[in-house]
Amino acid sequence: MDQPNIISVKGLCNSFGEQIIHQDLDLEVRRGEILGVVGGSGTGKSVLMRSIIGLQEPDAGEIRVFDEGMIGKEEDEATDVRRRWGVLFQGGALFSTLTVAENVQVPLREFYPDFSKALLDEIAHYKIYLSGLPADAAHKFPSELSGGMRKRAGLARALAMDPELLFLDEPTAGLDPIGAANFDNLTRDLKETLGLTVFLITHDLDTLYAICDRVAVLADRKVIAVGAIEELLAIDHPWINEYFSGPRGRAARRGHGEGNTDGKQELHQPGRS
Amino acid sequence: MANPAEFLQEDLTEGGQILRLSGSFAIASIGDVDGRLRQLTADVQKIDLSAVEHMDTVGAWLVHRTAKESGAEIIGADKDASRLLQAVSGADQADIPPQMHPSSLNRFLAEVGHGVVVGFTTFLQFLGFVGQVVKASFILALNPRRFRWNAVVQHFDMVGVRALGIIGLMSFLIGIVIAQQGAVQLRQFGAEVFTINLIGRLTFRELGILMTAIMVAGRSGSAFAAQIGTMKITEEIDAMRTIGVVPAEALVVPRVIAAVVMMPLLGIYASLMSVIGGGILCWVVLEIPPATFVQRLREVTPMTDVWIGIIKAPVFGAIIAMAGCFQGMQVQGNAEQVGLKTTAAVVQAIFLVIVLDAFFAIFFSEIGWD
Repeated sequence: MDQPNIISVKGLCNSFGEQIIHQDLDLEVRRGEILGVVGGSGTGKSVLMRSIIGLQEPDAGEIRVFDEGMIGKEEDEATDVRRRWGVLFQGGALFSTLTVAENVQVPLREFYPDFSKALLDEIAHYKIYLSGLPADAAHKFPSELSGGMRKRAGLARALAMDPELLFLDEPTAGLDPIGAANFDNLTRDLKETLGLTVFLITHDLDTLYAICDRVAVLADRKVIAVGAIEELLAIDHPWINEYFSGPRGRAARRGHGEGNTDGKQELHQPGRS
Repeated sequence: MANPAEFLQEDLTEGGQILRLSGSFAIASIGDVDGRLRQLTADVQKIDLSAVEHMDTVGAWLVHRTAKESGAEIIGADKDASRLLQAVSGADQADIPPQMHPSSLNRFLAEVGHGVVVGFTTFLQFLGFVGQVVKASFILALNPRRFRWNAVVQHFDMVGVRALGIIGLMSFLIGIVIAQQGAVQLRQFGAEVFTINLIGRLTFRELGILMTAIMVAGRSGSAFAAQIGTMKITEEIDAMRTIGVVPAEALVVPRVIAAVVMMPLLGIYASLMSVIGGGILCWVVLEIPPATFVQRLREVTPMTDVWIGIIKAPVFGAIIAMAGCFQGMQVQGNAEQVGLKTTAAVVQAIFLVIVLDAFFAIFFSEIGWD
């Protein structure tokens, strides 16, 4: 039960035709951490996430989530794992014919068909509250929401089953800086409150500095480094240097320079018992 | 695995009851506790969480709701539990407005009204769109250098050349069906030879063009709507406008021209294929040799029938292309709209083609081309 690694990826290979995306990629995600995954465009961050959650059949390698092998599992298999994770896709991926509240209830209805309508409604409403949406968003359709609200609604659905593991694909992309900072805070609060483990794909340096415990860098078809940002800064790799020490990287570091250390202490507390 | 959620009621010495919760108050083990907590009628003063093994937000919500409804005090919550209770407690500050469900009569009336409004506005918008296309055509005629020959040729290929196979096969089979049905019916009067009249007049005058129009609407009209609709969603059309390219000139006119030019050619081709199909059936079943068939066909089919087909075809082509492009331009918002508008384009195009065909039929009879 209490294995330290929630996700472990070993020797993952992915390719599209001639183009090799991943070769012998290894990655481990520890219980209770927020792992940021960064990499240039086209380095296969999303492909990695899709491989882990079983949407992409890799050419080779081993993927274990909650200590269960995920390779070759059909859509109707591994439901025990599926009910323990939540995924937020880049555009929210809300079901467009359902309201936000109904979207949140989809996983609940699927796994707990005997929950009463009243309880489902209550759960949907407090999830919507937890994800930072106004209460009247519950009966709106996805097309009536802004991009940022759609992401929050997607997060509410991802949280519907009280997952232990949360996948976020570029949650702050396309949000204004205030919205992005709010979303970062929300992610951290939820992680602390609910004891989540978070696998977070991002381009946003501020997000990395603000909430990530460790950062995995994808380049040259594999994870070239994993560690806290201070550790990554010590690594001599051209892409890492450019990423963290470029003008944006320096600005983000300045912005999160001092005040974050005591926040970090709190972050390292173990998750749920 | 975790123990299921459970609770016990105990009387307190100072009056009221205490709920002692135990087990795992998590989504997977909550079972029927929700229903039982709802039915509690006792005067609950305290809720004791000290024996709860594990709690998630669903459990926290149940505890919070019960506590709030009975005004009870929560005791024995550990750090995790109080954090979760804190987190869910904000949810009831803003009460959710209930969803409004209008009566079915109201809904019916609203839907009819909505349909009427949409019908009228769509008609007006379509007229405006036709005006735009006509204007763009004039501008292009005056400035031929702005004309997009490449696009037109490309659409010739898509609308015309690539449709040859399917339209040819369909028309050939329809020719066979007409001849076969005609032969069976006319044989009762000993008038099998009039099958040739039927084939010649029906295909050139009506069916060749009409079936081609339906096929082009399904193949190209829908493609036009989908292409332009997708461009609308990806903001390509907005980009064109900002650059100074007029979408009607760049996207609509080449497609309309392609359809207008290709429809008569495809129509004639389809009519010929039908005649060939009918001729083969006559040869095989009625034993009318091809030479006789062709000679008889020339005698009974007036040239005006061919002209009628050739006159109608470009009009149908224009209607199909404009309906497709118009619906494509109407796409707004999300990808679902592309599908809806594509369907609407095909339905609208076929509907308009058949309505116009009826007008043409009366018109040509009136001027004596029958």
